[in-house]
Amino acid sequence: MVRIIGILIGLFFSGWLLISSGMGAIEYFSNPPAETAEHEFHREAKEISFASDGPLGKFDRQQLQRGFQVYKEVCSACHSLRLVAFRNLEEIGYNEDEVKAIAANWSIGVPDADPNTGEMTTRPGLAADKLPLPFANDIAARAANNNAIPPDLSLMTKAREGGAPYVYSLLTGYIDPPANLPEANQPGPGLHYNPYFANLNLAMAPPLAVEDQVSYSDGTKASIDQMAADVSAFLIWTAEPKLEERHQAGWAVLAFLLIATILAYLSYRTIWADVKAEKKKKVSDA
Amino acid sequence: MSFPWAKQYTPATEFGQWMDEKLPVPRLIYNSLGAGYPTPRNLNYMWNFGSLAGIFLVVQIVTGIILAMHYAANANIAFDSVEHIMRDVNSGWMIRYAHANGASFFFIAIYLHIGRGLFYGSYKAPREMIWLLGVVIYLLAMATAFMGYVLPWGQMSFWGAKVITGLFEAIPLVGKPIQELLLGGFAPDNAALNRFFSLHYLLPFVIAGVIIMHIWALHIPGSNNPTGVDVKGPQDTVPFHPYYTAKDGWTLGVALIFFTILVFFLPNALGHADNYIPANPLSTPAHIVPEWYFWPWYAILRAFTVDFLFIPAKLLGVLAMFSAILVWFFLPWLDRSLVRSGMFRPKFKIFFGILVVDILVLGYCGGAPAAEPFVMISQIASAYYFAHFLIILPLLSRLEKPEPLPNSITESVTGKPLTTAS
Repeated sequence: MVRIIGILIGLFFSGWLLISSGMGAIEYFSNPPAETAEHEFHREAKEISFASDGPLGKFDRQQLQRGFQVYKEVCSACHSLRLVAFRNLEEIGYNEDEVKAIAANWSIGVPDADPNTGEMTTRPGLAADKLPLPFANDIAARAANNNAIPPDLSLMTKAREGGAPYVYSLLTGYIDPPANLPEANQPGPGLHYNPYFANLNLAMAPPLAVEDQVSYSDGTKASIDQMAADVSAFLIWTAEPKLEERHQAGWAVLAFLLIATILAYLSYRTIWADVKAEKKKKVSDA
Repeated sequence: MSFPWAKQYTPATEFGQWMDEKLPVPRLIYNSLGAGYPTPRNLNYMWNFGSLAGIFLVVQIVTGIILAMHYAANANIAFDSVEHIMRDVNSGWMIRYAHANGASFFFIAIYLHIGRGLFYGSYKAPREMIWLLGVVIYLLAMATAFMGYVLPWGQMSFWGAKVITGLFEAIPLVGKPIQELLLGGFAPDNAALNRFFSLHYLLPFVIAGVIIMHIWALHIPGSNNPTGVDVKGPQDTVPFHPYYTAKDGWTLGVALIFFTILVFFLPNALGHADNYIPANPLSTPAHIVPEWYFWPWYAILRAFTVDFLFIPAKLLGVLAMFSAILVWFFLPWLDRSLVRSGMFRPKFKIFFGILVVDILVLGYCGGAPAAEPFVMISQIASAYYFAHFLIILPLLSRLEKPEPLPNSITESVTGKPLTTAS
């Protein structure tokens, strides 16, 4: 009985699926879906490597500091970094006094209650503070940015397919729209064409527009390419601050496991030796 | 274990003697995992994944308990509390990555374990109950994993919860109330997050309980083996300890090496970038996909695109997706071939190979966007999936002529007949 019911259910499901598939196939081949402009003009992220790549990767602290400078002087006008605290900057090579100075001199104060009146006001940042947000709320962010909220950058390199190379490509990828771009995909008012962005047009104006937009204290030439690479590297750190610790621990765990596994394998061979010996005779007897 | 040649537990110390009279826990362990459990001598490496799945359940429970000490199940702060674990909790990043990837390893082990059972006929008499309990464990594991993925409260968490609970909406009349009951509201929010967290903490212990029954049921007939032939004498078996503890032990090392590579060097390879964006009910991700271990079932769900008479396609998809797993409950009665092992079933072997490829294809389509040609392919693959279990297996058990079976396990291993005098 189970089998008869089973066969009937099976015939129904399988039959209906095959019929649906046939209908889909007829539709697909008689009326093939047209390639969308988003698909045709979209480009994959450029190839770029970072010091933190691969299982042996470590941060290039000099580059992270340059990237932080780009964030501070360019990105931070619109983009928050709400998961990063000033104290975390010690991890990229600033000393305690430098961190205190960075916090105290930050362009926006930290919202807090006035200790005397209790009224909300702002005070200079402390090392323990998270980086203050550029906008008071989402409405203010929208109002100042052509109705698009500039996303928080803390996790950006983990929150997009393609990671840091995607961020780098986007920053360096602004071009004039190609001549054959369909009307519907032309950038509207306040939008900017960038083939690395999923729907080709984004509200962010090219943020790194001219050479030497920031002046690096370590003497590195601040080309657009260099600034984009530096800030992308910095955002790898903000998204994954424990990356070096993770890589180091990984090698230690692997070394331990390798030795433990070899020992376990040898004890397995020893324990099974008598049973295996019987099995070998089969070959020699034959 | 019922074999008369099973070694008997003898307490070595006076305390052991005392304990054995009061509460014979050491005897229980000795008989279930120790030398008191005679196990077929010819088990191949496909028999290693049951214990591996059990170990990864323990990894999940231990890492999960630690995470729960730092996590906050509140829709306003859940996302940030996960980042707090990643940034501020000592070694929190390691615990969280181990937990996130441990789920994948649990499912890898459980899939290979199920596949082993399917090929070697471990679901057949007298082992039906072991199989049925195994399916229950799998269903519970799926529910646990789904609810766990919601907890970080990222975009994919939120939209995954919305899509999966939305499935219940397809049930006529009671669907909408069921969905609202599951979510504690009209859409995923704080109520849903809290109940998912509570159940996510509870279910692993239910799984552990069912695993105890699964192993209990296993010890009545004893383990199946690659020949599928019954154990006939002491020569056919070796004591579980030290033989299989040693074998499971070294392969555990190999599994942990792969796990380490994933956790420490590729921790986000199996995840989805969108889940690092905080949940936003006003912004739908471009395509919503569950974790990889659900992809085959997700493909079956989406394969139904055409209404059947008065049954809407969505309801058909939901029914089919649940049927795809529920059919396993009937497997021992659908496949009536008396030969257990696929090694001696020439035609079954071919269909089993097709099934494996078929499920991989379904998995690929389930992870791909819901567009042609993936829909067509998943329709054909889903059709084969149902045909395999519901049509091919019942007919095959009548039509197929199995190859001759070896007389005994010992003979198949050593080439010499089993001597019954022991």
